[in-house]
Amino acid sequence: MYDGRRTGGQADEVNRNQAGIDGARISESHGLRDRGPRGADARTRLLILVLIASAYLLIVFFWGLFMDPEMYATRFADKFLPPGFAHPFGTDFTGRDMFFRSVKGLSTSLVIGAIASAISSVIGLVFGIASAVIGGKFDKFILWCIDCCMGLPHLVLLILISFMLGRGAFGVMAGVALTHWPELTRIVRAEVLQLRSAQYVIASYRMGMSKFRVAKSHIVPHVLPVYLVGLVLLFPHAIMHEASITFLGFGLPPESPAIGVILAESMKHIATGKWWLALFPGLMLLVAVLLFDLIGENLKRLLNPTSGNE
Amino acid sequence: MDNESKPVVLSVEDVGVSFRMYAKGLRRTALPVIRSLGLDVCAGEILAVIGSSGSGKSLLAHAILGILPGNAEVSGTIKYNGKTLTSALQKQYRGSEIVLIPQAVDWLDPLMRVGKQVIGTKGSKEEMQRAFARFGLSPETERLYPVQLSGGMARRILISAAIVGEPKLIIADEPTPGLSVDLAKETFLYFRELADRGAGVLLITHDVDLALHFADRIAVLYAGTTMEIAPTRDFLSGADALRHPYSKALFDALPQNGFRPLAGSQPYAGDLPRGCMFAARCGMRTDACFADVPMRSLRGGEVRCIHAT
Amino acid sequence: MRLEAHHLDFRYPKTDKWILKDVSLTVGAGERLALVGPSGSGKSTLSALLSGCLAADAGTVLWDGKPLPVKGYCPVQLIRQHPELSVNPRRKMGKILCESWTPDKALLEKMGIEERWMTRWPAELSGGELQRFCIARVLGPRTKFLICDEISTMLDVITQAQIWRLILDVTVQNGLGLIVVTHNPALAKRVCDRAIDLTDINAARP
Repeated sequence: MYDGRRTGGQADEVNRNQAGIDGARISESHGLRDRGPRGADARTRLLILVLIASAYLLIVFFWGLFMDPEMYATRFADKFLPPGFAHPFGTDFTGRDMFFRSVKGLSTSLVIGAIASAISSVIGLVFGIASAVIGGKFDKFILWCIDCCMGLPHLVLLILISFMLGRGAFGVMAGVALTHWPELTRIVRAEVLQLRSAQYVIASYRMGMSKFRVAKSHIVPHVLPVYLVGLVLLFPHAIMHEASITFLGFGLPPESPAIGVILAESMKHIATGKWWLALFPGLMLLVAVLLFDLIGENLKRLLNPTSGNE
Repeated sequence: MDNESKPVVLSVEDVGVSFRMYAKGLRRTALPVIRSLGLDVCAGEILAVIGSSGSGKSLLAHAILGILPGNAEVSGTIKYNGKTLTSALQKQYRGSEIVLIPQAVDWLDPLMRVGKQVIGTKGSKEEMQRAFARFGLSPETERLYPVQLSGGMARRILISAAIVGEPKLIIADEPTPGLSVDLAKETFLYFRELADRGAGVLLITHDVDLALHFADRIAVLYAGTTMEIAPTRDFLSGADALRHPYSKALFDALPQNGFRPLAGSQPYAGDLPRGCMFAARCGMRTDACFADVPMRSLRGGEVRCIHAT
Repeated sequence: MRLEAHHLDFRYPKTDKWILKDVSLTVGAGERLALVGPSGSGKSTLSALLSGCLAADAGTVLWDGKPLPVKGYCPVQLIRQHPELSVNPRRKMGKILCESWTPDKALLEKMGIEERWMTRWPAELSGGELQRFCIARVLGPRTKFLICDEISTMLDVITQAQIWRLILDVTVQNGLGLIVVTHNPALAKRVCDRAIDLTDINAARP
């Protein structure tokens, strides 16, 4: 054997043999689609997990979006109530219900996260594909941009952009969107590069397929799952960063119901024993972030036609 | 070959392997992949197991070593030196007395220098260097990581790793793809040497030619069961010396012989017919073939066919 | 019509070791050549160059006196050693098979390709089964020359005989030229008219 690529190819083949053939032989007669010995079980479980997590996040999202502002209005009579039946998360220094405020705040974060991730992922997709397909100087330039973005501390860059664009929802969104594309760009670029030299893509060209046909039948089906997973995994980052810069005072204005604002306010009262002001909203944020991560990771496995064999 | 005089190192008796799996919905079914498989390996002998892909050759190796996936169930008995192999014994012997030369080159730990992997927990540096010299690996190879190896080198490393120490039973699962003909021959010669020193070698391969050159006996597998076990000389002397119609078909299909194909394909696991697995493709088929066909002795070998003479 | 290679040089990018140096070769249509040589001697690389799957650093490959087409169906088709790498793992077998032409039922039957495999994913078939698809998909009428790079190493002998018989039938019927890369001398003798050892015509010394 003469070359690293070849050896890599062999290892690849061998992997497939191990994961695929024994399991495949078994599943063949039953016509179970991409399911190995324990596949059906594992896949169903993954799917249920993903559905539950998505349901939770969607409920929070819509509930917050259409919530009557009365639910978290100021009621000075009720200020600093500890968690109880009427107010599960307690109330703050102006008597606002912390549960509804947290839901509303998280919902706001999700909206900003969704828009920012969407923009970011499209940038990543376009740059990644262009970089791999055009190559040469353009590729070098994109790689340089990626290095620049990733070389700077994330939060510093975010604050800078958000501050420059006048803070507020727009500033935060732009900041988050413009700082999260490099990773996805790198992943998409690597995927496309690898596909372009794949034996079946070369074979397809030699069998007379046009570039468009190759892209449609070979490239897109591989890049799309990568993109989708990348998109979902961007969410937690976006939400976390939105909350962080809002907390630091460079993001959403203090009067808006955002998790970052809530947490910043709670800092003033935590020393006086109002623990619930920080704990519950913080937990909600954490759970949301972890759930996104879980959805992304499981989606990765669900979208892989052979992962059922694991 | 006079097997009675030599101690049997490995005996596989009526072994079956099936996989538990989920059929439609959550209903569990068992899928038999290997059925009533029986063979012996004697000390000082190379037994080649040949057969088409999907006939369960690799699974047999994994069953002997106890490294099947968790949803596999093994029935029947596997004995090593007369003792039934339990999973505790398998663990104890694995890697020291019973070694596997795996089919896949990714069995190497990607994060460990290959020299260390070859020495393992039981070998010594000298043994490793001897093994490297033997298989034409330069001493510097020791310091490489698996990704830096070519396919052929990785395979030689796997062989070196297996033979460091003094294994009593060597199970080689397709050890030669990726090796040049010369190196493949060298490898087989080495197996021969180990066998002559008293080890038993179970050689799983689909390279009939190489098996013919180096094995003492050949077991023919088809659809997860043994069809025939015959001394190698029968394979050399021609189709007439063989017993089972499938072995004869294999012989006739070799390019140096008739190069004659055979219609049909091997039945699939889970879809296995009753009675003789080969009946659907066999010219000698009668109704009796669809009842259970046991293994029987015939002309110094064993065959699973009621019509064989 | 014939396939000609003139003074081919090749090395992988960013390496300075030549795999092929000054390799020339001519094979006529209807001729069957076995290409032999030890592993690492560049047989697979030469196969890829002759079928236009790789570009040579110097030298030319001519089919019928003209360079191989860059676009459109290439009359010289290559079947590779590892079928798992030659099919898209995210397409079903039916689509893979019919990428460039639609083989008729009789051919599929002769190849031992079963109808129910069409709805499977590549990971659900063994190497031998996949290889049959890779062979069938290039046996169309537009193929004028076939290069087989160790295509039968993963097949058992019965399937091997079956598939080679079929390839020979098709090459005779369509007047195809054939290059067979193999380690098996008996197979080379059985299938081909003549053999070339690549080390004899390759000036690069590995």
